[in-house]
Amino acid sequence: MDLTYTVLIPLIPLFMFLFLGLNYKRIKEPLSGYIGTAGLLITALLSFYTAYQYFFNYGKVDEVYQKIYAFNTVWIHFTESLHIDMGVLLDPISAVMLIVVPLISLMVHLYSIGYMHKEPGFTRFYAYLSLFTFSMLGLVLATNLFQIYIFWELVGVSSYLLIGYYYEKPSAILAAKKAFIVTRFADFGFLVGILMISYYAQTFDFKILNDLDFINNLKMQTGIFMGLSVITVALVLIFIGGAGKSAMFPLHIWLPDAMEGPTPVSALIHAATMVVAGVYLVARLFPMFYFFDDGFALHVVAWTGAFTTFFAAIIAFTQYDIKRVLAFSTMSQIGYMMLALGVSGYGGHEGLGFMAGIFHLFTHAMFKALLFLGAGAIIHAVHSNYMQDMGGLRKYMPITHITFLIAALAISGIPPFAGFFSKDEILAAAFEHNFPVFVIGYIVAGMTAFYMFRLYFRIFWWNEPDYKHKPHEAPKAMTIPLLILAFMSIFSGFIPFDEFVSPDNKPFHSHIDWTLAGLSIGIGVLGILAALLFYKKEKDLSQRFRYAFGDFYKWTFNKFYIDDIYFFVTKTIIFKYVSSPFAWFDRHVVDGTMNGIGNGTVWISTKIKKLQSGRVQDYAMFFVSGVLILILIVWFSINY
Amino acid sequence: MIVFAAMAVSNKNIMRSIIYLLFVLIGMAAIYFMIEFYFLGAVQLTVYAGGIIVLYVNSIMLVEKINNPLPSAALWRRMLAGFLSSLGIVLTLFAIWSYDFAVVPANQAKEIEIHDIGIALLAYGNHGYILPFEVISILLLAAMVGAIVIAKTNKHNEIANK
Amino acid sequence: MISGISIYEILTVSTIIFFIGIYGFVTRKNLIAMLMSIELILNSAALNFVIFNKYLFPNELGGAIFSIFIIAVAAAETALALAIIINLYRLMMSLKTDDLETMKY
Repeated sequence: MDLTYTVLIPLIPLFMFLFLGLNYKRIKEPLSGYIGTAGLLITALLSFYTAYQYFFNYGKVDEVYQKIYAFNTVWIHFTESLHIDMGVLLDPISAVMLIVVPLISLMVHLYSIGYMHKEPGFTRFYAYLSLFTFSMLGLVLATNLFQIYIFWELVGVSSYLLIGYYYEKPSAILAAKKAFIVTRFADFGFLVGILMISYYAQTFDFKILNDLDFINNLKMQTGIFMGLSVITVALVLIFIGGAGKSAMFPLHIWLPDAMEGPTPVSALIHAATMVVAGVYLVARLFPMFYFFDDGFALHVVAWTGAFTTFFAAIIAFTQYDIKRVLAFSTMSQIGYMMLALGVSGYGGHEGLGFMAGIFHLFTHAMFKALLFLGAGAIIHAVHSNYMQDMGGLRKYMPITHITFLIAALAISGIPPFAGFFSKDEILAAAFEHNFPVFVIGYIVAGMTAFYMFRLYFRIFWWNEPDYKHKPHEAPKAMTIPLLILAFMSIFSGFIPFDEFVSPDNKPFHSHIDWTLAGLSIGIGVLGILAALLFYKKEKDLSQRFRYAFGDFYKWTFNKFYIDDIYFFVTKTIIFKYVSSPFAWFDRHVVDGTMNGIGNGTVWISTKIKKLQSGRVQDYAMFFVSGVLILILIVWFSINY
Repeated sequence: MIVFAAMAVSNKNIMRSIIYLLFVLIGMAAIYFMIEFYFLGAVQLTVYAGGIIVLYVNSIMLVEKINNPLPSAALWRRMLAGFLSSLGIVLTLFAIWSYDFAVVPANQAKEIEIHDIGIALLAYGNHGYILPFEVISILLLAAMVGAIVIAKTNKHNEIANK
Repeated sequence: MISGISIYEILTVSTIIFFIGIYGFVTRKNLIAMLMSIELILNSAALNFVIFNKYLFPNELGGAIFSIFIIAVAAAETALALAIIINLYRLMMSLKTDDLETMKY
């Protein structure tokens, strides 16, 4: 079967990017949106078709989903086994991503026609969106570690461009820089990890790297470093890269600030696709994570995920900027996915965690994108990011209200919405493999319900502030994506993911453990009720709680001062005590030497400028005398 | 010949120095004839004595008043140049006279005819000179085009100036 | 081969002409006169070619052919240089090297 057409999936957005980017001045506002959306529609249809064909037609051979290279070409050749390829890999997780990425991207494209209306640089926005979609698709379809790394950086660049979209705003520039630097810093770990793995494994190729025989061979040969296999160290380094992109503690600081970008961007990049790249990366190399050192690297993943999910949930309680609440919620949910991968086993029903992680990635992409787009619609109507300026909006924006409610229910894990199924399976997997992590996950499920409904009640109920002009429902271009995503948020939970995704690519059957499910529904409902009590109407109850917690509240509100710690470390310690002596040395010693040389040259050249008379005759004279002198020298050296 | 050459570079009247140059060239041609390179001598006479000298005379008539004495260079320059040239002459002659040339006796030599030269110019085997021949032809073409272009642009400028 | 004249004597002549050419090139103040000196230099070089050909390798043609080439190059060079000189003269109304220093610095 010829699958070369899959190359078009990433290439169409690339083409759109070049087309829109190069014709930036010529194509005016609505047209570029239509062009971008149409291009993406083709991509989306192609990738849905590919994913469908993969899952139901040719993907499964002997009850095992195959890794298929739909396209592969050598890009840089080092040795026989070590070469960098560019290609398209189809396997269950990349096929899942093939549904998620183009779908969300398409929704965001459509939504932005309304949201970005009359913004300066409309075409630029669409060009960047296409660039991002291209890089994200290239990332998920990568056939080898190096290709993933290249697209990983491309994704980072487009994220930087989109966060800094409002480049007149200093805060947006700062946020863009922060996001880029922090993720870049993490990517350094990723790169070192790649180099270590490629050195020992002599290959970048995912098909080989995930082969069990190969892993067993590799286990025999690799060295030990600080009590761990070198490969484990490399895997932890790679996970650091993933943690940077996925905003895991302590590399999370860029994500809340990234909300400076336009809201559709936050929905696409910082909620649904780019930030789950870390999860995807761990899932990609899952067999390696699992088999080296009894899954030490996997434990690191699990605990980082567990800590982040809890930590972010606490901060989400206290934030007032609705996009930041959603950002911390995203961090929390990605922590959930990491946790799920971390508690997974390999083979058969053991792989529940892996499946649940990818499942949650899928459902989360739907409802979190919906939440962000809903938040965008609200911001569009109220012209503010802050909860204090909102309240009672349900009367003005019915569609947004309903869809937002659906998404909030989904994220809180209330059946039959999507979040329930995936979350329940994560909790089941954690319960079986790692009880402390399960407890954290369980508590966080309740917290999630609470802060999501705090947000919901605060926006749509509460007391109406004095609106300067009446909020209005969003235009159709914005509500249609909301409705589609709401539909997905309700029903995507019923997809039998265990049929499709598992660590060893063999389908298995999971069932819902109703005791656990009941427990998680219970805590979800509890959270919702608490939020109802606190935030349905304006009361001083929450104020009193705030005072009761006192300092802790303040700490939380300031995100546990993590930003300030970074600031302190970079600015005070590094800049002052490390960089300034270097700067002094640079300015006085290095520059001094260079300037001295420069000045000396100038001085000498002014002196000898007279020699260059510009007269050919003088030059001829110099030439002749030079030749004669040379002849004399040779003469004497031969004869004496 | 040497005297004529020296006169050619030192005479104050440019017309006279050209005539001296002509004598030098004719002397060269005479040497070619004496060593039985008749074709070369003929070329020397036609191209140099016939063509180039006429070109010089024409251009001088175009640009300079004939009777204006040429300004002579500064004394230090003449002294230095003279010293350098004499040094060069001494050194080169010393080298020439101290080297033992393997001269082939006359009776072994065969006469070279125009016919041979023509064949050699167009041959491309061993001792064939087709490549330099072609290069020279291209060079001549380039020179022709160049001369025309230079003259033409200038005319254009003059019109513009007027 | 000229009976009674050895290669040394002819080479002496060509050497002297060569250096006279250099002397002229350096001392002359008129562009056309400088060009004439160059002709002298070229001619002495051509003479050398021919002499070496005749005296040392009488059965070959290299020297003779190269002097033909030299003559051709010299002709081309002279024609071009004179064209440039005439243009210059129209522009500057002078052929003295001292006056033609505008390209300096």
